Amino acid sequence: MAERETTYVAAIAEGAKAILAEQENSFVAGEDVAGAGGVFGSYRGLLDEFGPRRVIDTPISEEGIVGLGVGAAATGLRPVIDIMFMDFMGECMDEIANQMAKMRYMFGGAATLPITVVTMSGAGMNMAAQHSQSLEVWICHLPGLKVVAPSTPYDAKGLLIAAARDDNPVFVVMNKLSLRNRGPVPETAYEIPIGKANIVREGADLTLVAYSRMVAEALAAADALAAEGVEAEVVDLRSLQPLDTATVVDSVRKTHRAIVVHEAVRFAGLGGEIAAQIQEFAFDDLDAPVGRVGAPFSPVPFSSVLEQAYLPDTGKIVAEARALLGG
Amino acid sequence: MEQPSDDLLRDIHRRMVRIRVFETEAGRMAEAGKIPGALHLYVGQEAVAAGVMAHLSDDDWITSTHRGHGHLIAKGGEFDRMFAELFGRATGYCRGKGGSMHISNMALGMLGANGIVGAGPPIAVGAAFSTKFRNTDRVAVSFFGDGASNEGSFHEAANMAALYKLPAIFVCENNGYGEYTAQANHQAIVDVADRAAGYGMPGVVVDGMDAVAVFETAGAAIERARKGEGPTLLEAKTYRFFDHVGVRGMGLSYRTDAELEEWRKRDPIHMFEARLAELGVLGKDQAAAVHEQVLADVKAGIEFAEASPFPAPETLLEDVYA
Ligand SMILES: Cc1ncc(C[n+]2csc(CCOP(=O)(O)OP(=O)(O)O)c2C)c(N)n1
Ligand SMILES: [Mg+2]
Repeated sequence: MAERETTYVAAIAEGAKAILAEQENSFVAGEDVAGAGGVFGSYRGLLDEFGPRRVIDTPISEEGIVGLGVGAAATGLRPVIDIMFMDFMGECMDEIANQMAKMRYMFGGAATLPITVVTMSGAGMNMAAQHSQSLEVWICHLPGLKVVAPSTPYDAKGLLIAAARDDNPVFVVMNKLSLRNRGPVPETAYEIPIGKANIVREGADLTLVAYSRMVAEALAAADALAAEGVEAEVVDLRSLQPLDTATVVDSVRKTHRAIVVHEAVRFAGLGGEIAAQIQEFAFDDLDAPVGRVGAPFSPVPFSSVLEQAYLPDTGKIVAEARALLGG
Repeated sequence: MEQPSDDLLRDIHRRMVRIRVFETEAGRMAEAGKIPGALHLYVGQEAVAAGVMAHLSDDDWITSTHRGHGHLIAKGGEFDRMFAELFGRATGYCRGKGGSMHISNMALGMLGANGIVGAGPPIAVGAAFSTKFRNTDRVAVSFFGDGASNEGSFHEAANMAALYKLPAIFVCENNGYGEYTAQANHQAIVDVADRAAGYGMPGVVVDGMDAVAVFETAGAAIERARKGEGPTLLEAKTYRFFDHVGVRGMGLSYRTDAELEEWRKRDPIHMFEARLAELGVLGKDQAAAVHEQVLADVKAGIEFAEASPFPAPETLLEDVYA
């Protein structure tokens, strides 16, 4: 039987539905998540199925919404909190950084915060500087939080369910340009383990480490490189915090070359951390410095011409690979 | 209270028509795929921007919202550079870097549309602080929505403006909805103006479909601010005739056609034109001539934008720093 396919956004909705069905203390709260089903459609149908006690439209009050999640989680509920655009973390960063991330530690382990935060990142839709950012390093830098970044519909559902079953705060960073992408998604409530990377293409000459939408760009780059006789391995990190260093390092031991790809600004991006870990654990195996492909050091511009110049893509990955292999 | 002269009434009318026609054509351009990204249109709320801005000069500051074109037009924004920005061209007010949600012009005292709901009020407080610090009689007006009045940023800004007696005016455009959520589902009050009491400033409700009422009420608040008597919260009850984003939006049913029709009967431009005709200030034909002239200006603006070059990719890294 052919596997059933759905879109990335439908997979998110299925994941959220599975969570509400299996955890009676869970609820979804956020701006326009109930009546409108989410401005991206991520929660479509949930209000009808679970009612306003479990699916809650909030005021436009991000600090209040995240604080509600923190307080509810600390006192026994399992909140799924939606922050419509990742850029809006600016409105609620204290609740994230100083409360959610640290409460358990500060209380000597006495508090448990099983909270899931769903948010949308990424550029490519002319949404300009305040609706297009990839700010995952903000949260990867905070001990106490976990961060996952699904690249496919299958991963979106499985990682969302894993996040909600986890007893820690987990951010599920979705990508808005991936919302219409289709892929196989089982109807069951399945879980993708947090902290495990996924090798999505095997190769012996070069390792491309990517996550979120950049996995597809890395795969396309691998195809282009294959035509030139270079076999690239593509590692989809899936989980950014914790990071599956072992899978990345094992791959580099085999290929001796690595490029980290992300849409976030290259400077102080996750690529820097991964490059450092590779050189720390596989220095002797490296035939070249670890390459990094990321956005240049500017806010995301509005105009298409500038946005395309800004965004990392297949061509930029291939160019980096050629430079690395030629060097 | 200042009574608007006939000339001023015609000026306010012209500002409203400029907004209406610009926004209507911008909506068409977006539907034709010529304007990328998100476009939040101001149609229905024209009386608010026009009535307030008629009191301001280029030296007074305003902060705006995601629904910002109307504010910029009423403050003197030129169609050619505005369309160029919406089209992502190098000749736009922001050189193609900002687009609709960040459209701005410092020379006109317009501190930007804003993609972050509730971001404007604190910035307006800073601008008001600046004008007071430099001993001028200039003011700062912050436009924001009913939805934005639930952001902590608004509350912090209101408190500081009152505490420091700053020349700030908070204009809440209550159009009954924050995106697809009705006011009754996002706050437990009916009048956002009630919130003023908690910060020690006057709170005034005005009919946001009545340009003269807005003009008069805003005039009193602005005069108070210029005299150093501190901020005012002005709530204009209004309605947006188009959807939250674009013209027809996402096709969600969150408000009824009947409600929309009720509000359309109180179209701020129609009501104002009827009044101007009655007063003998602007006859039917004269009003029609204004619409015609403005439409020609809008078309010229679109032509300018379409003929303009896209920004050179090399400009990507310009203006990150001074
Ligand atoms: C901090 C923040 N939260 C949420 C959003 C998404 N958003 C954009 S417009 C909007 C509704 C704003 O409602 P209101 O303030 O009443 O202004 P209106 O759209 O009615 O003019 C929302 C929730 C945003 N842009 N910024
Ligand atoms: Mg509103």
